Formats: sequence, structure tokens, C-alpha cells
Amino acid sequence: MAQDTDTSGAGRRTGTLRRLLSGPEPEPAEDAGHTGAPARVGFFTDTSVCIGCKACEVACKEWNAIPEDGIDLTGMSYDNTQSLGASTWRHVAFIEQNVVAASLPSAQDHSDVDVFALASGTEPGTVGATEPGDGAERDGVRWLMSSDVCKHCTHAACLDVCPTGALVRTEYGTVVVQQDVCNGCGYCVPACPYGVIDQRKDDGRVFKCTMCYDRLGDGLEPACAKACPTESIQFGPLEELRERAAERVEQLHRRGVTSARLYGHEPDDGVGGDGAFFLLLDEPEVYGLPPDPVVTTRDLPEMWRHAAYAALGLVGAAAAVFLPLPGRRSGR
Amino acid sequence: MTETGNGRVGTGRRRRGARGERLMVERAEFTSYYGRPILKEPTWSSVDIAGYFFLGGLAGAGSVLAAGAQLTGRPATARALKTSSALAIAGSAAALVHDLGRPGRFANMLRVIKPTSPMSVGSWLLAGYGPAAAGACASALTGRLPRLGTLATVGAATLGPAVATYTAVLAADTATPAWHDAHRHLPFVFAASATCAASGMALVASPVHEAGPARRAAVAACAADLAATEMMTKQLGLVGETYEQGKAGRLMHTARILTTAGALGAALLGGRSRTAAVLGGAALLAGSALTRFGVFEAGVASARDPKYTVVPQRSRMASRSEETDPAASA
Repeated sequence: MAQDTDTSGAGRRTGTLRRLLSGPEPEPAEDAGHTGAPARVGFFTDTSVCIGCKACEVACKEWNAIPEDGIDLTGMSYDNTQSLGASTWRHVAFIEQNVVAASLPSAQDHSDVDVFALASGTEPGTVGATEPGDGAERDGVRWLMSSDVCKHCTHAACLDVCPTGALVRTEYGTVVVQQDVCNGCGYCVPACPYGVIDQRKDDGRVFKCTMCYDRLGDGLEPACAKACPTESIQFGPLEELRERAAERVEQLHRRGVTSARLYGHEPDDGVGGDGAFFLLLDEPEVYGLPPDPVVTTRDLPEMWRHAAYAALGLVGAAAAVFLPLPGRRSGR
Repeated sequence: MTETGNGRVGTGRRRRGARGERLMVERAEFTSYYGRPILKEPTWSSVDIAGYFFLGGLAGAGSVLAAGAQLTGRPATARALKTSSALAIAGSAAALVHDLGRPGRFANMLRVIKPTSPMSVGSWLLAGYGPAAAGACASALTGRLPRLGTLATVGAATLGPAVATYTAVLAADTATPAWHDAHRHLPFVFAASATCAASGMALVASPVHEAGPARRAAVAACAADLAATEMMTKQLGLVGETYEQGKAGRLMHTARILTTAGALGAALLGGRSRTAAVLGGAALLAGSALTRFGVFEAGVASARDPKYTVVPQRSRMASRSEETDPAASA
């Protein structure tokens, strides 16, 4: 990793605590106590090639034996899954945008093409005859699709706040709930800056993506990545994925898709970089992702400090009210 | 739900309603995914968790006042507060266990010690404070083992302020905007609210001639509570409206009225009338409880609406890019 991590002797010791709470942390698995850990793995979800087939959702449900969690017709385009949750570990978002047709990569207007005439061969050469500018006044539809998943943050708030140690960092650098330890306190649920982890009400415990921990041990890729027909979901060593993603976004920019941008790839962002990051074609919030997520424990030292001030204030005030007031008899 | 608006396209674009009386600094426009929340709201039951915040505060601050009462020769007040603290902390722990998805696994709370988890720290704190509060109460009520009782009283008074304030860190150490963004003020709100409750309990349960300090504590805590809540709401900017609107707004508003009325009533009339002291104390207790429910509901409301996630994060990003590249903002 090219990131500066302050390994100079002097700054190292003081930087350790901070590094554990926020900022770049090159080896989360090592820091969690795994010696000789394998390379950190992750997902790179390239939404520019997602076709919205939901094979990832199905494969995830099947492999992990996740229970059914409601069948609704939402009216949110083709998204009836709605969001990630305790029983939804992959969620494909569908966004239909009305845009000026000319701004689309394929700006040709085919509305006046007579396909039957083309098929019978009586009217050849109509395709592509339209002037590129013709679509400018007409509205087009852009369809964005993106398969969302647990981000397996470098600084995972869910893991940080878990009081039982049920949430752990695996040797692969991923974040997993130990189901035999979780007591369903629910603290991780509001702690997650992405709104990923949730409680299964009938079970009491919390559940989320494990990045198919059981498959990783056997050298297999996670079920969603395996099932993805367009390689929108790519699995591999995180560093390799980051390089591949940088190349891909450059390639798209060269092709004129200027809206392409990476999300969650930077090791110095608010969560120290995501283990599962994305190539998006619009702002993150369009896909239901927070634009600038921050791990809540970054501010924990400051919270404890203010709690200490408040506690001292309480003691001071209590001492003051019991002091005999000047000019009055004590005992009153 | 798909809309097109002034060049930028988004799903579920929303504009702030005309309801907002005061102008907010942040820009009002934002984009979301069909207006759906980005964050998950807490799975906690408000009765359990807000109740746990309230009872923990009542217990913790009560132990401090109990020690003060004992040191200054106010045995009835000390006894009453030790009793209320022991009962409150038992209730607080019961609420916490009741809220677990797997109550049978409560003991897992003491499986590890994690400074990064306020709930872990709190569990250990309760494991130390609970027995101390119970011991202080038992000794005070039975008159037995007075030396051990004094030790327990001192122990409970030492841990009490932490018990009263750690719950603020517990709430703030989440991604919930109304809690996290208030992480500098929430401990003060909780400490003040806890002192309101404890002084209220002292007013309810102790004779008038012993209640001078409780009346002064009530006035000081009420003033601190009002000031801390006001500062918190102001500092929160846009997110502050979650404390002023809807269910949370009504709870906070009623809490303010009860707290103020209780403190004023106790201060002005509580020295003469036992009835006034009891009524004032009850109002203070109710006000403190409602403050905790209000804070809880504000958190839920702030997680439910993606506006409170997106807009503050966007303005944070804007001010950051302004810092690094002043020309870009021009």
C-alpha cells in the first residue's frame, strides 16, 4: 500500500491507538492479533457493468441459507428487496433517471426505426441514420444498478462497539458475527455508518454478510461474486482490486463516462477504507450510500473526555450544594 | 418517485418543508434513494433503553447526593437516596437485560473488556457499582455492618458519576446523527438530567429540614439541563431540529416545563411546604425521564430521515474541499 502510515520510530507508539480507531491501517488482521495472516481480501463492485439480474442476491441467500424476509412490490423500479438487513446481505439498487438523451453514452434515437421493415429488407439502412443531435430535446432514461453489500470497513464501528466480542476481524481482514456469542444487544445496528447490520427480530441476534467466510477457507470466492455473470462483483486481494478499479475508472473516463467515480477505496477516508468498495456512476447518496461516512469510534476519546468533565462537574456541583451557605446555619 | 430537477437528476429528491420556522445554515436540497433511510434506526425499545438511561442517572447521581447527605449529617436523605439508587440500578440492569435479543446470554457482556465499546465499559461499571449501591442500601436500612456500609457508600459515590454519564457516550458512539453529532454536549445533558432526577428523589423522600442541599441541587441541575440542551440543539444545526420536532420535540418541550416548574417550585416553596417539595421532586423526576425519552426519539428520527445523514456529510465535504482548495468553492 502506497499510503503513508507513519512507521518512523518516534511517532509510532503515539500513533498506534489513533491508528486503531481511525485513519489508514494497512494490516487490520495483524492488528487484530492474526499472525501470518493471508492478504486482505475484498469486493470491488463495478456498477457500470451491473445488469440488475440479482443473481448475487439469490446466490447469497442460497449459500448462506438466509430465511425469506418479506415479499413486497415496492414501486421502486425493479427493487423489491429494498435494503440490506439481517436477512439480506446483497441488495441490488435500481435507479431510473430521466436525463437528456444526448448525454447518454448511446445517444442515438431509434424511435423511428421500423424493425419489421428492416427484417423484411424493404427499408435498408435506417439504423444510425438519425443525427446524433436529434435526441437533445427528447428525454432519455438512464438506468443505474448497483449491488450493495457490507463494506467490511477497515475501522468497523459494529466491531468496535460490540460489548461481547461477538463481532470479530477474521484473518482475511473481513468482519464477521460469531453467532454463538452474540446476545442481541443491538449496539452494532445504529453504530454502522452504512446501515448494513440488523437484528433478526424472531431470532434476537444480528446478522450480516460474512464475505462467505466458510468458502474463503476452502479457497473459493464468495457466492455472490461466483454467481455474477458480468463480473460486476469482483473478489480478490484488496490491493489488487484497488489497482484494477483505478484502471477501470480511468478507462471509463477515456471513453467519456465522466460520471464514473470510486467509492470507499481510499485508505484515509472516514472508515479507513472499505473492504468492499464500488465504482459508481452518480453521487453515493443516489444509491442510498452515505457520501462521507465516518467510524463513530474516531471521536470516542473525545466522548470519554467530555463524559469525564461532566462527571467531575456533577461531583463539584454536589459538593457545592452540601457546603454550608455563608450566613446560614448549617444543617438546614 | 423519479424526478428531474434543475439539471441535476436524482431519485427521491426532497425539499425541506415550509414548516421549518428558522432558517438553517445547511443547504436544504439533497438526494436519496427513494427517500429511504441510509442508517438503521436503533432496534432498542424506547421504554427499555430510555428507561435504562433515566434509572442509571437517578442511581448514579443519587449515590453522590447520598454520600453528601451522610457526610453532612442528613441520615433520612442518605437512607432514602441509597434505597432509590439500589432499586434504580436494579431496574436499569433489568431493562438492559430485557432489551437483549437473547436475554439468556446476558453474561456474555462480561466476556471481554473493550474500551472501544461503551456498553462493555458500562457493563463492568454496573458490575462494580451495583453491588456497592446494594450494599450501601442494605446497611443503611438494617443498620448492620456500618463500616462496610460506609465503604459501599463511598464506592457507589465514586462510581456514581460515571454511571450517570457513560450512557451519554453509549448513545453518542453510534452513527445516529442526533446522538453522535452531539457527543460533546450529551454527557452534560445526561449529568444534569441525572442530577435533576436524584435531587427530585431527595425532595420526594426526605424531610423538609434536611432538603436544603436537594433544593439547591435541583436549581443548579435544572439550569445546567436547560443550558446544555439548548447548546446541544444549537450546535447540531440542521440535525438539532430532531430535538424540536415531532415526538422528540414534544417530549423535550414537556421535559423542560416539568424540570423548570419542579426546580422553581422546590426552591420557592419546598422549604416551607412538604407537599410542594414532593410535587416539585416528582416533576423533576418526570422531567428527567422525559428528557431521556426525548433524546432517544430524536435519535430515532435522525436515523429515519436520510436528510440528516446526507446534508451534514455533504456540508462537511464542502468545507473540507474549501480548506484544501479555496478556488474550487468560488
